[in-house]
Amino acid sequence: MLSNIGISLIVLVLIFGFLSIYTASLDLKTAGLSINKSIYKLSLFQTTFTILSFFTLIVGFIYSDFSLINVYENSHTAKPLFYKIAGTWGNHEGSLLLWVNILVIFSYLFLVFSHKHNKNFRLYTLIFQNILIIGFLFFLLLNSNPFNSIYPTPFEGLGLNPILQDPALAIHPPLLYVGFVGCSIYFSAAMASLMSGYGGKLFAQSIKTWVKISWCFQTLGIIVGSIWAYYELGWGGFWFWDPVENASLLPWFAITALMHSLIVLEKRNTLYSWVIILCLLTFTLSVLGTFLVRSGILNSVHTFANDPSRGIYILLFLSLMIFSALAIFFTKYKKETYNFNFKSRETFILANNWFMVFFLVTVLIGTLYPIFLDVLISIKISVGPPFYNIVIIPLVVPLLFLMAVGPKVSWINSQNKVFNKILFFILGALVINLFIIYFSKKNSILSNLIFIAAIFLILHSFLDIKKLINKKNKTELSRVISHLGFGLLIFFIGINHQFSLEEDFNLKVGETKKINNYEIDFESLKTKESKNYKAVIGNFKLTNLKNNQVQYLDPEIRIYSNPETLTYEAAIKTKITSDFYLTMSNVSRSDYYNIKFQNKPFMIWIWISAIMIALGGFIQLTSKKNED
Amino acid sequence: MKISISKIIIFSFVIFLLSVFWMGLKINNNYDTKSLVGNKISKFHLIEIYDDAQHISEDDLKKKKFTLINFFASWCAPCRTEHKYLLKLSKERKKIKIIGINFKDKKNNAINFLEELGDPYSFVGKDSEGRISILFGIYGIPESILVDSNLTIIKKIVGPIDQIQYDEILKITK
Repeated sequence: MLSNIGISLIVLVLIFGFLSIYTASLDLKTAGLSINKSIYKLSLFQTTFTILSFFTLIVGFIYSDFSLINVYENSHTAKPLFYKIAGTWGNHEGSLLLWVNILVIFSYLFLVFSHKHNKNFRLYTLIFQNILIIGFLFFLLLNSNPFNSIYPTPFEGLGLNPILQDPALAIHPPLLYVGFVGCSIYFSAAMASLMSGYGGKLFAQSIKTWVKISWCFQTLGIIVGSIWAYYELGWGGFWFWDPVENASLLPWFAITALMHSLIVLEKRNTLYSWVIILCLLTFTLSVLGTFLVRSGILNSVHTFANDPSRGIYILLFLSLMIFSALAIFFTKYKKETYNFNFKSRETFILANNWFMVFFLVTVLIGTLYPIFLDVLISIKISVGPPFYNIVIIPLVVPLLFLMAVGPKVSWINSQNKVFNKILFFILGALVINLFIIYFSKKNSILSNLIFIAAIFLILHSFLDIKKLINKKNKTELSRVISHLGFGLLIFFIGINHQFSLEEDFNLKVGETKKINNYEIDFESLKTKESKNYKAVIGNFKLTNLKNNQVQYLDPEIRIYSNPETLTYEAAIKTKITSDFYLTMSNVSRSDYYNIKFQNKPFMIWIWISAIMIALGGFIQLTSKKNED
Repeated sequence: MKISISKIIIFSFVIFLLSVFWMGLKINNNYDTKSLVGNKISKFHLIEIYDDAQHISEDDLKKKKFTLINFFASWCAPCRTEHKYLLKLSKERKKIKIIGINFKDKKNNAINFLEELGDPYSFVGKDSEGRISILFGIYGIPESILVDSNLTIIKKIVGPIDQIQYDEILKITK
């Protein structure tokens, strides 16, 4: 039943996609300044049917309709309602439907909100966006249909992977998808701009908001994924340079570069071709990321069931996208001349782009290199954190300085006044850095440079905020908040790295262990039965010997029943100044448990500063109306 | 569209990239070791640890009815616990050939290890970089693979061999 409804709705969306392309191409040839009303209607119908199809699938999950293979494979009646709903997009087929939803919704919204812009540009955007929609709909229908039915209907489902049953992970995919698939609209707009010749300043204005929206969601999505990894994976880390994490970073670097160069295009009407390249690149990298994750070409924590036929389809689609983008770009490309003054703001914004491109290339090479080796000379290797740390961290130092100084430089040419103030801030940063060295008792040239640069940016941003509060300039304020967030993020990651305490040892019930000025007492073990899992819970007493403060930590070993999986839940006590992190795992055939204890200073501040980066973007979105 | 060198470079780079991906899809990742039982072992070539002139390859396994390939290292503690079972097996079952593959180890340490605990192997191959072991789908040691004369994997033991595993090997190779 639901299967038929779902498939019919998808087919309707497909038909409306073709109709939109057809009517839009007819409308291209007619004179007049406004778009034919029927196109709005077609687009609205298309959006309605897409949303309905997604709700149909959600209903299937809520009522555990196991006649749908997708529900049978990814859900279970014993699952809490919240995770039943989240299960809709927690699997390949469902997430692809979400993907199509975002393509369609963005297509409609762009059509409605771009009414101030050139007619043909809007029509071309609609056509290209619908080509993308149709491509993904075919993929969905032919290869990954979430509405495929199964007969006879099973009584019970197989369940959702337990490590995915986490609130952070329930919202992580939708956030990322709005971020990544949202990029599609300015991919289409960039192609449309090339086709219709509607470029420059006006083009920048037409996609500005969309770039910001997708940037905010991407940033937030990546942060939430990282928070999930910290709380759920039980390794005590928050970023692992895992290939799939990298796949999410690639478009982020491109979009961050785009967001900055778009300012130059809007204000100075230059860099048009570069902006177009970045628009095309961002969505291409999103699709590339999807290919890497879904095709199973990479081994990673993101366990979508591997299916090479999926990979072939996405690869085909990716090739078509890249070749048509390149062909259109080269046919329409016109040479631009740039003459920037060295000390102008354009130069500094372009500097941001150089850094982003460098990071992008580094991460891209690190991610693809193992695949290349495997394919070309069949050697299996993995590129880990040391590579990224060596290549990326030194470059963060100049980036931090530029992030502080760049925005203070005025357009076209600037006076030397700004550059004198810098000395004062560097002095301040040096003093604070000395304190850090004194307390941490370990340091390297690089860690010193990182701290100085980060503190410099932080101090600089605080001064900016003080000035801006008087002026009530929201755009500038949002920029400062994002930059300050980045400075704080690097600062707290540095502090966290310098002052972290980590210890691995075996303990059995009744024993105690002393680490620096902490004492860990393994008091008892108990078991717990929950709706969908059984758990062994350890009770640990943690005493700080300096001030005799006592805390209790209860890490768990959970045995999920559907499907049968063992997971280790870390006990994490988060405080303003530091996190205590304790995981326990059983050692086979003995009474001992392997304990991993960590004290990680300022963990919560890492999240807060990362969220500040995204917050800056959201503030700018809300301030749009007052300043345009 | 005019054709220029930069365009040719960009296009050929993209084509190269995409074809590598396409080939990548064809490669099967044999890290899922459960599925290995029933498959044939891949071709290999091993050099002996004592004498570099001695070799062994998959063809040499066809002569015996069963071959147990054991992956071990001197630095691996569970390898010590399973060693007595390997010794027992080499005495009790003459029709099983036992081959040791010394995984990411130093030559002298491995020889000392075998001198101290006894040598159950009819051949000890060296794999100081762990590359050959990867061909067998090994990702941690100790691991053992039981192969018949058709080179088909009939059993795979992840972790040390204990009494239960030992009895099963005896049962299979009756």
